[in-house]
Amino acid sequence: MKMNLSHFEAAFLFALFTSVVLGVVTRNNDRDRLHYGIYTFLCFAVALFGLGWLMYFGHR
Amino acid sequence: MTAKDKEQKSPLPPLGTWVPAVALGWLIPGGGHFLLKRPGRGILLFLSISGMFVCGLMMGGYMFQPQVGDLLTTLINTGGFIGNLCGGLLYLMTVAFGYSQVDTPGHVHDYGTKFLVTAGLLNLLAMVDAFEIAARRKD
Repeated sequence: MKMNLSHFEAAFLFALFTSVVLGVVTRNNDRDRLHYGIYTFLCFAVALFGLGWLMYFGHR
Repeated sequence: MTAKDKEQKSPLPPLGTWVPAVALGWLIPGGGHFLLKRPGRGILLFLSISGMFVCGLMMGGYMFQPQVGDLLTTLINTGGFIGNLCGGLLYLMTVAFGYSQVDTPGHVHDYGTKFLVTAGLLNLLAMVDAFEIAARRKD
């Protein structure tokens, strides 16, 4: 079975999996873990959209 | 308190307290947390790390082999191999059953390769977390 994802889908999956693990291993209670996981995911999302737009304008 | 003082005040705990958790955590992602009675975190780690590894395989990711050459070749291939190896049983089974694939061009394969290495590195983080829990440095 093969997966054929776009750049966006692959980067989104990467961000999701990585955020969950970073959230679980870096904080000391469940509330902080949840917050850190969401924060990390949002950082990935901002970087993903930011770099996406940067490349879009870079290629015009 | 400096890092050196802190290190002196917390010596390495006895091997029997942390080696089983770290070893199980290497073999099965999240296994160390299960052994240390943290099943919720263990399930999240297992699903995330295994999910990432399986996605990497399905995207046709390449498994690194250690190679020695110029600095960049050594760094990329040996570093990638160590990252893959940290995947534990997932990596061993992939190699044993012949699912490792050749390096082919294309963005999906490239993402797959990164997914496989990152899954191993995230498992390494999970192993360090299991060590800290077993050593009672963290809840």
